[in-house]
Amino acid sequence: MSVLVNKNSKVIVQGFTGTEGTFHATQMIEYGTNVVGGVTPGKGGSTHLDKPVFNTVADAVEKTGADVSIIFVPPAFAADAIMESADAGISLVVCITEGIPVQDMVKVKNYLQTKTTRLIGPNCPGVITADEAKVGIMPGFIFKPGKIGIVSKSGTLTYEAADQAVKAGLGISTAIGIGGDPIIGTTTKEAVELLMNDPETEGIIMIGEIGGGMEAEAARWIKENGTKPVVGFIAGQTAPPGRRMGHAGAIIGGADDTAAAKMKILAECGVSVVDSPADIGKTMAEALKK
Amino acid sequence: MNLHEYQAKELLKKYKVPVQEGIAVDTVMAAEEAYRQIKNDTGNNFAVVKAQIHAGGRGKGKIEGKEQRGVAVGKSLEDVSNIAKNILGGTLVTIQTGPAGKKVSKVLIAQDVYYPGPNPVKEFYLSILLDRAKGQNVIMYSTEGGMDIEEVAHNTPDKIFKEWVYPGGGLQGYQARKIAFNFGLSGEAFKNCVKFVTNLYSAYCGLDCSMLEINPLFKTADEKIIAVDCKMNLDENALMRHADLANLRDVNEEDPTEVEAGQYNLNFVKLDGNVGCMVNGAGLAMATMDMIKLAGGEPANFLDVGGTANAQTVEAGFKIIMKDPNVKAILINIFGGIVRCDRVASGVIEAYNKMGNINIPIIVRLQGTNAEEAKKLIDESGLKVQSAILLSEAAELVKKAVA
Repeated sequence: MSVLVNKNSKVIVQGFTGTEGTFHATQMIEYGTNVVGGVTPGKGGSTHLDKPVFNTVADAVEKTGADVSIIFVPPAFAADAIMESADAGISLVVCITEGIPVQDMVKVKNYLQTKTTRLIGPNCPGVITADEAKVGIMPGFIFKPGKIGIVSKSGTLTYEAADQAVKAGLGISTAIGIGGDPIIGTTTKEAVELLMNDPETEGIIMIGEIGGGMEAEAARWIKENGTKPVVGFIAGQTAPPGRRMGHAGAIIGGADDTAAAKMKILAECGVSVVDSPADIGKTMAEALKK
Repeated sequence: MNLHEYQAKELLKKYKVPVQEGIAVDTVMAAEEAYRQIKNDTGNNFAVVKAQIHAGGRGKGKIEGKEQRGVAVGKSLEDVSNIAKNILGGTLVTIQTGPAGKKVSKVLIAQDVYYPGPNPVKEFYLSILLDRAKGQNVIMYSTEGGMDIEEVAHNTPDKIFKEWVYPGGGLQGYQARKIAFNFGLSGEAFKNCVKFVTNLYSAYCGLDCSMLEINPLFKTADEKIIAVDCKMNLDENALMRHADLANLRDVNEEDPTEVEAGQYNLNFVKLDGNVGCMVNGAGLAMATMDMIKLAGGEPANFLDVGGTANAQTVEAGFKIIMKDPNVKAILINIFGGIVRCDRVASGVIEAYNKMGNINIPIIVRLQGTNAEEAKKLIDESGLKVQSAILLSEAAELVKKAVA
């Protein structure tokens, strides 16, 4: 099983022929992801990395049967690219692009309510199902197959968590980088829910950070519906209020979105909360033994 | 990106949002000239002198070493001149600036809007911002204007109203009318308020604001609705489509080290601790700060070097962190994915040798692609750099360094 992507996923790359698109598409193909083509408006009919290039997502879907798209287009055009994919009937869109204006995402979020498409990101490392499909920019070799699912707002912390889970002998089923922007397609709760329903996932690592209320929402859902152990870490315990910490969404606005407030809610909802990011793997292993 | 009051008001005028008129000046002589002009335009002897800094609480704040407030009413040319003299070049300390305060290099000479007229004046509060949970813009407003809105929200939450704007259709007429009705307005003032709110929302969207706050939103004695103060934050991600707005950035309002870091494309936030850190990725950078604290230190900064940690970025990072004399140790924490750890290690060694006299402990934790080779490079370099692979090992080394 696994969630979102697997070896049968047919993936197209939007922004295929650009520097980023080319580099990461190459890595994805090497990992074994079934990349069936790409989209660069104006370059349709050519081939790139031995795959067909299309002018529109609709063309790509018609000719290849693609059901997953990954977006590397620059921030000014990314909202358009997401909506194009949704309109063409792509079921999963992963948007890597960082720096999309927030009002563009307000429009996208509203647009997607009329579609069945699921959006992951933007400003995220993507999704990986170990040894099956990498639809993202993460270093694939870290994600050895196993039974732990990861949901994270941060790229490098996802790698850190995966590495610790693998070293603790647990391995990874699917890791979902949901992104660090104020408005994202798939929330922490939705991603946790997907993994909770996945028979191959036995435990979940949930990594959040300061800003917003998504971790609390996920925790409340876990309290009501959780059937597997969840380990939680919230980055930014030492972050000062009112300052943006790298991610556009990582800013403490009020008392409820500090790391301390979130950690408290997580703990109250039965999540095993770790203070130190160094303890994620160890704590997951212990939680599974209980 | 934060704007000054005078800049924000100029932008609002382009969207036909009425504001308390004023002239921004940076000398006493220009302040006097501005006063003459405003007196001429309004026929009013009174004018307000407002310090222009990126922080609130100006009216209650004081200029360091003086009894002068950051916002004050001048009743004559001489009065305005004296106030401007007191404020310009001074350091204004408010509840939001912290004890260090902020240097004032501009004042806004503004019209006095509390002039007498047929009806009583009224102060309201209105702001527009993003509701993250709903993914929609929300207009927050209250009849309790001119006060600290967080206090109002805390003490009398029933006095705060919210109006969400549906992204597909934008702000509707009935919503603007509802706001004006809830303010208790009627007649001319009601009509003016509906126009004001509608145009303000257009400004919020047109300028790609991330926050727009009018406090107080003011009804004059002759039923005009105007913005007396304005706090405007712009979405930095949207500046690519507003070249003219990017020029409004005032780097004097920012931490000089943070400005310098920006020139190297480093994402840096200055903090007050004793352990510097340099990390790839924002989430891991925050987590590393937290780990420093747990190990008994205090983080001196947030620094995300991004996806390309090479000799140049590491050197720039070193330079920026070491400007802070409180830094007693530096932790470099890189999780190598696409970027190879051995390359980063070579970069650290190169930067270290180039810098020469680094006499504080440097701890380098490299994990991920080629981590073992990287550790070997560091250990055999002969430099006083401690290496680690696991995050827990790095935490132990930090603990020793600050003990």
